[in-house]
Amino acid sequence: MRVYCAVAARGLRRYSTYRAAVAAGLFTNSVFGVINAMVLLALFAARPEINGYDAEDAVTQVFVAQGLIAVVAIMGSPLELGERIRTGAVATDLLRPVSLLGWWLADDLGRAAFHLVFRGIPVFAVGAFLFDLLIPTDPWRWAAVAVSIALATLVSFALRYLYELAGFWLMDTRGVQTVAGLLGPIAAGMLLPLPLFPAGVGEVLRLLPWASIVQLPAEVFLGKDTLPGGTVLSGLAVQAGWALALFAFAAWATSRATARVVVQGG
Amino acid sequence: MVDLLGSVRGGRDVRPRRNPAGTPVRTYLRLAWTWCRAMAQYPASLVLMSLATSLGAIAEIGAVLVVYTHAGRLAGFDVHEGLLIAGLATTAFGCANMLMGSVESLGQHIRTGTLDAMLVRPVSPLVQMATDRFAPRRLGRILPAAGVTAYALAAAGIDWTPGRVLALTVFLVSGTAIACAIWVIGACLQFVLPDAREAAHSVTYGGQALVEYPLSVYSRGVVRAATFVVPLSFVSWQPALYLLGRPDPTGLPDALRLATPLVAVLLCALAAATWRFGLRHYRSTGS
Repeated sequence: MRVYCAVAARGLRRYSTYRAAVAAGLFTNSVFGVINAMVLLALFAARPEINGYDAEDAVTQVFVAQGLIAVVAIMGSPLELGERIRTGAVATDLLRPVSLLGWWLADDLGRAAFHLVFRGIPVFAVGAFLFDLLIPTDPWRWAAVAVSIALATLVSFALRYLYELAGFWLMDTRGVQTVAGLLGPIAAGMLLPLPLFPAGVGEVLRLLPWASIVQLPAEVFLGKDTLPGGTVLSGLAVQAGWALALFAFAAWATSRATARVVVQGG
Repeated sequence: MVDLLGSVRGGRDVRPRRNPAGTPVRTYLRLAWTWCRAMAQYPASLVLMSLATSLGAIAEIGAVLVVYTHAGRLAGFDVHEGLLIAGLATTAFGCANMLMGSVESLGQHIRTGTLDAMLVRPVSPLVQMATDRFAPRRLGRILPAAGVTAYALAAAGIDWTPGRVLALTVFLVSGTAIACAIWVIGACLQFVLPDAREAAHSVTYGGQALVEYPLSVYSRGVVRAATFVVPLSFVSWQPALYLLGRPDPTGLPDALRLATPLVAVLLCALAAATWRFGLRHYRSTGS
């Protein structure tokens, strides 16, 4: 366990080195948040309520989503596993007496923790300063939000790990990354909140794991009854279910991949 | 560089022509074509990535459509007028992303030292940078955007005159030029802060997101900033107002839309000056 803590701490420290990148990301996420929020405010000025969402709900979700962008790394994956598989450096990773999945999970959780504090919370604060956001007052709700963000990070990690693990079969994962980087944010409810989508599309997207990355945490934050099952607890259960299923699949795929891996040079 | 050896050999001018590769445009096309051929080595990957890029663009325009479907009229604009604005914005930024988008890797070139390698080659570093990893898949973004623009132009009830047809061409070129200039100026920030790649996204991808909707949606300050500070409004908003023949609902003078080509020329000049300034003050990362 100590080794995973050490890896997580290194992941955290590594990202804390690039301060200009943090400031740049914070600025950009805030600008996007303001643009999206203003468009949605104009929309809700024309129609005060859409599928259980009002203007405040939608604007709050915009800033929850912008705050989560860096934490769940939805626009692109900073895991280096795919590149290491391509170059063969993954052989070094496999020599270590720790699990491949656990190693990269620890590394990513360190990064996520750093981004939550230095990108997620500041972006949300900018939103709360500029717009009227619905901020929960119930301490239990905050606890649920914390759990939900943690589960969103796990689901997002498991998905990104699987994209990269595809490198064992495909060699080059850039195609997978491009597709996932373009379609992931839409399916997650980052482009528009899922309740605004046409009825059929929104329902289908809700059944997919990407909804657990942004849409469900936003609804837990808002305490909406549009959550699957209608309550915060059932929403968290869906997220936990996806996390478990994806991790089980990732562990199985890892064992399959490492059983067949042949690294150049012997 | 002084050709010392040449003068020793009897003063004959054996210096190579200043630009052996031809004009910048020809060099650009040649380098871009090289990358296209490289990408075509993996045809399945190229097709899939182009399709994914198209889907991304379609989803973005779909989001605009969803907003208008719910709202009916957004800030006084109906769905066809809205699609025209979104189409013009996506087309211009899509073209600019394909032509100049690669310049945003400047920080990475500085960090890894590949910029130094570009500087010793007898080809404009900006052309080399813009064509580096030239991605033909970005065409997948332009085609749906152009299709939507064409549809909206037909459906928005525009009173076509020869002047408007000419203006449309001028607007499309100007919009792309403005977006290219914004990309270059944004990338120049990385001469100072090589890690700050994402900051420029606020005016490139963020700029596109901003001008996909009628500017009357935003607050007064945002409209002024998008007109006079970063002239994003000339990419889609001002052209659309001209084509639709509508007065400016944000209270700015209607004559402003006629300034679009002038803004494009000035902004490109500014981008060239910024790039030169950045390059002059660039000192390699050392050893």
